[in-house]
Amino acid sequence: MEIISFASAVAGLGILGIIFGTGLAYASVKFAVEEDPKKIEIDEALPGANCGACGFAGCSSYAEAVAKGEEGIDSCPVGGEELIEKIADIMGVAASSSDEKKTAKVLCQGGNQETFNKAEYQGVPSCQAASMVDNFKSCQYGCLGFGDCAAVCDFDAIVMNDNGLPEIDPDKCAECGVCVTECPRSLIEIVSSNEDVITNCKSALKGKEVKVVCEKGCFGCTICAKKCPVDAIEMEDNLPVVDTEGCIGCGVCVKNCPTDAFVEVDF
Amino acid sequence: MQELFLLFMAASITNNFVLMQFLGICPFLGVSKEVPTAFSMGLATTFVMVTSAVVTWLVETVILVPLGIEYLQYIAFILVISSFVQLTELFVKKVSPPLYKALGIFLPLITTNCAILGLALLISMEGYGFIQSAVFGLGAGVGFTIAIVLMAGIRERLEFADVPKPLKGAPITLLVAGIMALAFTGLAM
Repeated sequence: MEIISFASAVAGLGILGIIFGTGLAYASVKFAVEEDPKKIEIDEALPGANCGACGFAGCSSYAEAVAKGEEGIDSCPVGGEELIEKIADIMGVAASSSDEKKTAKVLCQGGNQETFNKAEYQGVPSCQAASMVDNFKSCQYGCLGFGDCAAVCDFDAIVMNDNGLPEIDPDKCAECGVCVTECPRSLIEIVSSNEDVITNCKSALKGKEVKVVCEKGCFGCTICAKKCPVDAIEMEDNLPVVDTEGCIGCGVCVKNCPTDAFVEVDF
Repeated sequence: MQELFLLFMAASITNNFVLMQFLGICPFLGVSKEVPTAFSMGLATTFVMVTSAVVTWLVETVILVPLGIEYLQYIAFILVISSFVQLTELFVKKVSPPLYKALGIFLPLITTNCAILGLALLISMEGYGFIQSAVFGLGAGVGFTIAIVLMAGIRERLEFADVPKPLKGAPITLLVAGIMALAFTGLAM
């Protein structure tokens, strides 16, 4: 008797469950919210890293904005030219290609050889942690070398070289900017191939103070600013700032720099 | 016919689920800030009430009673109600995304709206037939819609009224609900 009532309870509720489950499954197909097929295609073409470099919450929301025509097709820096062409195909518009390339660049040359440690750091081996305590490295502006940037890069574009400095592969770099925000000393910047020269140092110190702590640091000698034939270089915080518009790319500044702190953009 | 009409009036006005039996107070206070949203909430609840009334009646007579498992009434009813709420949710999402956003959490919460389970249980207790159940469900839904829309209308005006500071917000809303309930009691006399 007990078994029968048990069986009927299971059967009764089981049947109900199956009926309503099937009904809901059918309804979810029938009432499925249709998405713009373009949006789905774009979403598939996008890298799917959801890095947010386009300014949207993720690849999917960027795809939706593009499909609606609210956003340009070239906002995804990760996909590059190839992706722009793909999206242009999907949207049926012409790809406006530009030759401008961008990459993240570490603006510090003070590796193990160029600098020294004035104290031994034994804490957690990360730049974020090391930056919390007093500076152990000779240069207070220089790269700490624990590779936080390399760890945070989604695209394996950053490797730490033998000299203890991060090296960024411009081909792999998606200029998503994650490393830029990660670096506690703000040494990484997104540079454009439109720029001809950049200052490869962030030290605001001057003259001898720099010379003591780093072999390759810019010590604010202002030779570059003086030699520039078009006066495109100005000194700010003892560092040269290049006016990209005015610069003609002659390279005089690079040749005359006594410390190699000035480099040509070569990617 | 007259009997059905009386049943409808009783369910919607004189025995109004919200204001006379105090069921479904949560959405009544939660989604009654603007008339259009309140009206849509009323419609969604009415839909769930009518379908649930009919289907729970069927489930009760076709499955629960013959199998002798009336003691599983609550579980079976909640299963029915939640299924229909899911259905309504899918439908609203498809038909009107803005409404879907406006109703927000209160849409899936119709599942736990005691007015609906109360309706199903009342039908079972009173022993209503199939047509009666449908009419009773419709009446209850219309009654809920009337109550929530009236409330929303009053609250829209309250926005501009000079309400004493300590009574602003929830207190004045509860007071209004109480006074509305008093008025409905007068109708039942």
